Amino acid sequence: MARFIAGRLLKAIVILICITILNFFLIHAAPGDPAAVMAGEAGETDAVFLQQLRERFGLDQPLYMQLFIYLKSVVQLDLGYSYRQQFPVLDLIADRLPATLLLSLSAFVISLGLGILAGAVASARQGRWSDTLISMVALIFYATPLFWLALMAVLLFSVQLGWLPGFGYETVGAGYTGIARALDILSHLVLPALTLGLFFMAVYVRMTRASMLEVNTMDFVKTAKAKGLRPGVIQRRHVLRNALLPVVTLAGLQAGQLVGGAVLIETVFAWPGIGRLMFEALSQRDYNLLLGVFVISAAMVLLFNLITDVLYRVVDPRIRVTS
Amino acid sequence: MKDFWKRFARNKGAVIGLVILVAVIALSAAAPFLFPKSPWAMVQRPFIPPFTMDKFLLGTDPMGRDLASGLAHGASVSLLVGLVSTVVSLLIGIPIGALAGYFGGWVDDVLMRFTEFFQSVPSFALAVVLVAIFQPSITSIVIAIAIVSWPPVARLLRGEVMSLKSREFVEAAVLSGQTHATIIWRQILPNTLSPIIVLASMMVAAAILIESSLSFLGLGDRNVMSWGYIIGAGRTVIRQAWWVSFFPGAAILLTVLALNLIGEGLNDALNPRLSRRGK
Repeated sequence: MARFIAGRLLKAIVILICITILNFFLIHAAPGDPAAVMAGEAGETDAVFLQQLRERFGLDQPLYMQLFIYLKSVVQLDLGYSYRQQFPVLDLIADRLPATLLLSLSAFVISLGLGILAGAVASARQGRWSDTLISMVALIFYATPLFWLALMAVLLFSVQLGWLPGFGYETVGAGYTGIARALDILSHLVLPALTLGLFFMAVYVRMTRASMLEVNTMDFVKTAKAKGLRPGVIQRRHVLRNALLPVVTLAGLQAGQLVGGAVLIETVFAWPGIGRLMFEALSQRDYNLLLGVFVISAAMVLLFNLITDVLYRVVDPRIRVTS
Repeated sequence: MKDFWKRFARNKGAVIGLVILVAVIALSAAAPFLFPKSPWAMVQRPFIPPFTMDKFLLGTDPMGRDLASGLAHGASVSLLVGLVSTVVSLLIGIPIGALAGYFGGWVDDVLMRFTEFFQSVPSFALAVVLVAIFQPSITSIVIAIAIVSWPPVARLLRGEVMSLKSREFVEAAVLSGQTHATIIWRQILPNTLSPIIVLASMMVAAAILIESSLSFLGLGDRNVMSWGYIIGAGRTVIRQAWWVSFFPGAAILLTVLALNLIGEGLNDALNPRLSRRGK
């Protein structure tokens, strides 16, 4: 197990280095002076400032030296400086990371929980109206643009009905502490987490349903029936457990999508996470910050994949035997 | 062919999807005739609610632009970006997957590590970075979408080619002295067509979603009206004018849904044995 984790960790680090190299070339491929790109193409940049930047980043040196300097600074967790926000990029990201983690983990739990439940119900009632209904709803959520679903949720639950706040992370200036503050954040979390979760729920519903129907045709299910187990028990204890494995694999692969979804959801709900930070970087043309967020989100995805890989091996002992 | 239609038509959802898609294509083709004025032109006072004026059925946006005209003109952008970016990602993914599956060994190793790299990068974030750095334009959007969506094509192709490679007709081709290129191009690839077609229809749908998300974030081409852009522009006035964001979103939903339904129908029609499983 330790060797397996070490191997995966090594792979993740190699991928991260490749992403950093990709970033480096993107800065150089961008139209215009790399120094100006890093400075966020601020309109007021004067020649002296740009010259200082060039020296600081070694932009007057050959390309391979520049790449080396860039890699070295990223390894030292120095993602550069956001000249627009007047803060180091890493500080800005660290400040926003908890909100994103809260949002994406809640959305992940919601989507996986509801998805598996609905998928299991649909497969148990295969061909009946409840199956058709669940499959249809999943198909529709699967085709809905995430940002539009979020906007419509704000319109309905926040503007029209006034049930839930549709904006921000907590009530500004309310001065809540302790449990009151936690409840306040929770009420702000409901809409963004649900809208982000519903899209992915659709994916898991379809996968769970297909997977359970496939497991249903296997011999050990026949055996279970033959020995007189109740259908509910067979579905829960025998079919669902085996059908979940591909769903867990898929969930691991979906982590990257979740980060992308968070950019859109955080933008709509003004949720102060790194997705919103990415949007701010976009609108201010702050490329250094943009690339920093990109590296960190990629690192988050890699870490998440690593965790699911390990979990997967813990859940299913057969994998250890085959590999 | 007749068989194909019979099987396709047996899937009711697929037929509905086809009807919707044909309607969207017709709308985009008719846009220049129905709305000869530029969709950017200010034609009336802003914030006219929908279904109140016959001339502006869907109302106007905060700039006094005709929403129906924007929708009609935006349809062609969505369809075009979806189609072209899918073709480009097929052009990247098919050779990579085919070479990896056919030659195996170190070729397979190298190409699959390369594919894996693109799969482990958060795809939408990469698309955002690419479009932002290379400046938003139809070309950069199409290329960015293609770059983030080709890995599934390569993986599918690799699997298909690997299973076809050991079949007798390929062995016969090898024995008759055909070159690798001829075997891949003339013997193997035609047999992988049906799964590619099914995947491609789903990819067009996904590409339309990515394009609209990029435009929504302000990364659309400034010269063309697109559905995502209209929603993004209507976002700030959602309290006063829900319709500006509502209709283009519904249009995206319907188009993407139609394409996914068609994909399932194609799957039933082209892989009849496979699709019966899980039904």
